Amino acid sequence: MKLKVNGTEHEVDVEEDMPLLWVLRDELGITGPKYGCGIAQCGACTVHLDGVAAKSCQVWAVDAVGVEVTTIEGLGTPEALHAVQAAWIEHQVAQCGYCQSGQIMLAASLLSDSPSPTDDEIDDAMSANLCRCGTYPRIRAAVKSAAAKLQEA
Amino acid sequence: MGRLKTIARRTFLIGSAAVIGGVAFGVYTYRKPAANPLEDGLAQGEAALTPYVKIDADGITLITPRADVGQGAYMVQAALIAEELDVRLDQITADPGVPSAAYYNGTVAAEGFPLAATDDGLIARTGRGAADVAGKLLGLQLTGGSSTVPDAFEKLRVAGAVARATLLQAASAETGIPVDQLSTKDGAVVLPDESTLAYTALAATAAGIEPVQEVALKDPSEWRYIGKEMQRLDIVAKSTGTQEYGIDLQMDGMVHATVKCNPRMGGEMISYDATEAEAMRGVKRVVPITGGVGVLADITCRAFQAAEAVTFEWGEAPYPADDAAMWEQVAASFTADHQDSRFKDEGDVDAMEVAVEAEYRIPHLAHAPLEPMTATVLLDGGRLDIWTGTQIPRFMQVNAAKLAGLDAAQVHVHVLVSGGSFGRRLEDDYVLQAVELAMAEPGVPIKLTWSREEDMAHDFPRPLQMARARGAVSGGQVTGFDLGIAAPSVAASQLARLGQPAMGPDVAIVAGAWDQPYRIPDYRVTGYRVPPMVPVSSWRSVGASGNGFLHEGFLDELLHAAGADPLDERLRLCWHEPSRRVLEAVGEMSNWGDALPEGRGRGLAFTLSFGVPTAEVVEVTATERGIRLDQVYVACEVGRVIDPVNFDNQVKGGVIWGLGHAMMSEVTFSDGMTEQLNYDGYPGMRIYQTPEIEVRALETDALRGIGEPSVPPAAPALANAIFAATGQRIRELPLNKSVDFI
Repeated sequence: MKLKVNGTEHEVDVEEDMPLLWVLRDELGITGPKYGCGIAQCGACTVHLDGVAAKSCQVWAVDAVGVEVTTIEGLGTPEALHAVQAAWIEHQVAQCGYCQSGQIMLAASLLSDSPSPTDDEIDDAMSANLCRCGTYPRIRAAVKSAAAKLQEA
Repeated sequence: MGRLKTIARRTFLIGSAAVIGGVAFGVYTYRKPAANPLEDGLAQGEAALTPYVKIDADGITLITPRADVGQGAYMVQAALIAEELDVRLDQITADPGVPSAAYYNGTVAAEGFPLAATDDGLIARTGRGAADVAGKLLGLQLTGGSSTVPDAFEKLRVAGAVARATLLQAASAETGIPVDQLSTKDGAVVLPDESTLAYTALAATAAGIEPVQEVALKDPSEWRYIGKEMQRLDIVAKSTGTQEYGIDLQMDGMVHATVKCNPRMGGEMISYDATEAEAMRGVKRVVPITGGVGVLADITCRAFQAAEAVTFEWGEAPYPADDAAMWEQVAASFTADHQDSRFKDEGDVDAMEVAVEAEYRIPHLAHAPLEPMTATVLLDGGRLDIWTGTQIPRFMQVNAAKLAGLDAAQVHVHVLVSGGSFGRRLEDDYVLQAVELAMAEPGVPIKLTWSREEDMAHDFPRPLQMARARGAVSGGQVTGFDLGIAAPSVAASQLARLGQPAMGPDVAIVAGAWDQPYRIPDYRVTGYRVPPMVPVSSWRSVGASGNGFLHEGFLDELLHAAGADPLDERLRLCWHEPSRRVLEAVGEMSNWGDALPEGRGRGLAFTLSFGVPTAEVVEVTATERGIRLDQVYVACEVGRVIDPVNFDNQVKGGVIWGLGHAMMSEVTFSDGMTEQLNYDGYPGMRIYQTPEIEVRALETDALRGIGEPSVPPAAPALANAIFAATGQRIRELPLNKSVDFI
């Protein structure tokens, strides 16, 4: 089947029900999305499907056909950061960092839906993902900061 | 700061060594020479050098041997070296180096016997065992016990300073300009005409110069990095998905593997049937290993799926099969023959008039770092390579060598960044499994990845604990406090797996309880050792993680029974000035004493652990839907803050860790198996539950670690706040067995 990831078409030969997460990681070598739980609890695998955050461990490969898949690598790069990534760096959110690809993808999706979210809206949306290090205070600050930057732009 | 001379005589002998194309600077171990891990190109007789700075034509590498499991250890270690070496942090590469006895953790190994009463890290507990353990500890390259900063603070700065001074000598030798007319800036020697010679260009000359021994360390007022906010070295990579973790490793010809072992930890595999699994797409082999099987496949996903298709007959658990049986064993351990320690015994608690009696329980808890256990291993001829995230590279090297029938020198450990640990990576079980698989498939790199379910089923949890407490009050004061704590020994369980002896009492059973700075007329803390049950391990803040709740929960009961104010009476009881200061600070931060509206409550708790007195106030509201956490105030006397950002992260992270587990986490057993196999059954705190957290550091010249001390007071501060808001006293964790949270 054909998958379009970060703007590039890939031909992959996988089972239709293989979770997109593993197609990305093991077939395509795109390792920004992380495996943490496999059951939609942690959100470390969060990617965008047509711009909307989704937990890639719950998406069948076949259901990603014909969809624009974006991973953290496609959101921005160290040389060309997305505003959310820049805010994550400015606020030094990461500790172990393992959940942060997913947190950033979730935040970017939230801000494209809701450009100036309230504190409660940030908490509601970001509660879909888990951080074991406890970086939540900095996630809150970084989301607000990214929202402000995106509003200016 | 004093001249280095004094320091050097006491502790350090600085050396250098030529390495291919450059020079390595380091510190000679002073008790026992250790072979130099940077052996290539070393001259004879220089084997005792501990390299921390390596400069060659390719650049400047700072060796940061303490593992980074998210706590920012690479950053802190690199900053200490860079401070004196005079380089910018964007000019260096931090490298964890290779396992070596040279990187022993000297805070305890060399300076720590007998260990400070307040330190209950793994090493400290080990060190209490017997003098002959000390020799083995000299090779202890271990990250834990909040020890990275205390161990590294002088050693790494000295390494940087000596390297800088020697590079100045090299520049002088090359230019003929006296050293006193040279200076340094940003990785280069600056000549009087303001032209520069890069360190990298001077490295070869520096290698031929006897390192300068007498250097002055900078005065703290001149510090460029220490105490200032720094950008973490890994922050861009961790914000762009480009940080490589162990689970991300890719190699040509790599085989992806997972394991499925007896979910009754340590139980045997009686039989298995892999017929269906071996017929599945992508599956190469199913290999029996100790206690289970490994599944080798072309990709991880197919290995996971095939592992589910293997059927097993498992042996029984080598411990009581469920929580009821375990609690029975714990409850039966409050006897003289199980008594493990009575480090605190003042006055006469047997003669006191008992006003309050209570029993407390805390459950097993898993570490459950978000990156599951993973290791890549390649056995090729007489060489074994291991790539993994670990806190114990040296132990792992020895254990892997033994398993593979090799010498330790034939085992090469490459330490990778970890997606969390919280103490889990003080074990090497997952690595040894990968070695077993590599032995079955020599010549092929094998990446073992655990499923979350496998990870939770074999987590080596924090032990469950029970406390029986009695106390006395009189005239508005707490006058008697008798706390007995029964728990299995983490030290005995964990050290046995590391191949180390554990002798004497296990301080972890009472850490954070027996060593609290209160003066109570009749005051006793007794540890009872429960016979081994489930294998248990160190969990962020170790013994104090649970004992904070036991001590401070019961003390709060006594304070209320006495009719005393929890802050005022703690201050009256506390003899230790730094502890009094943090209590006073948290009182001021929280406006302690100001009235709160109906339904709201403040709880205070204090624990001195890892030498860091930490006081926390939690504010909650009892709503119709349950308890809401509103605000947390934390004050701690931490010594020196190396990096304010990292300090803030560690303290707040520890509070969230402590609160989240206290609210809703437990590991229970049924039929010998862990019942919580994923984050649905073992939830962590989510952002919507996270209160505002305000932190104040009281700084001194002391050196402390901050990765753990904010954990122990969090649970009791919350329980005490719930009591203040609702009148409900909760003596069992997790708290959501007794109240709902929103």
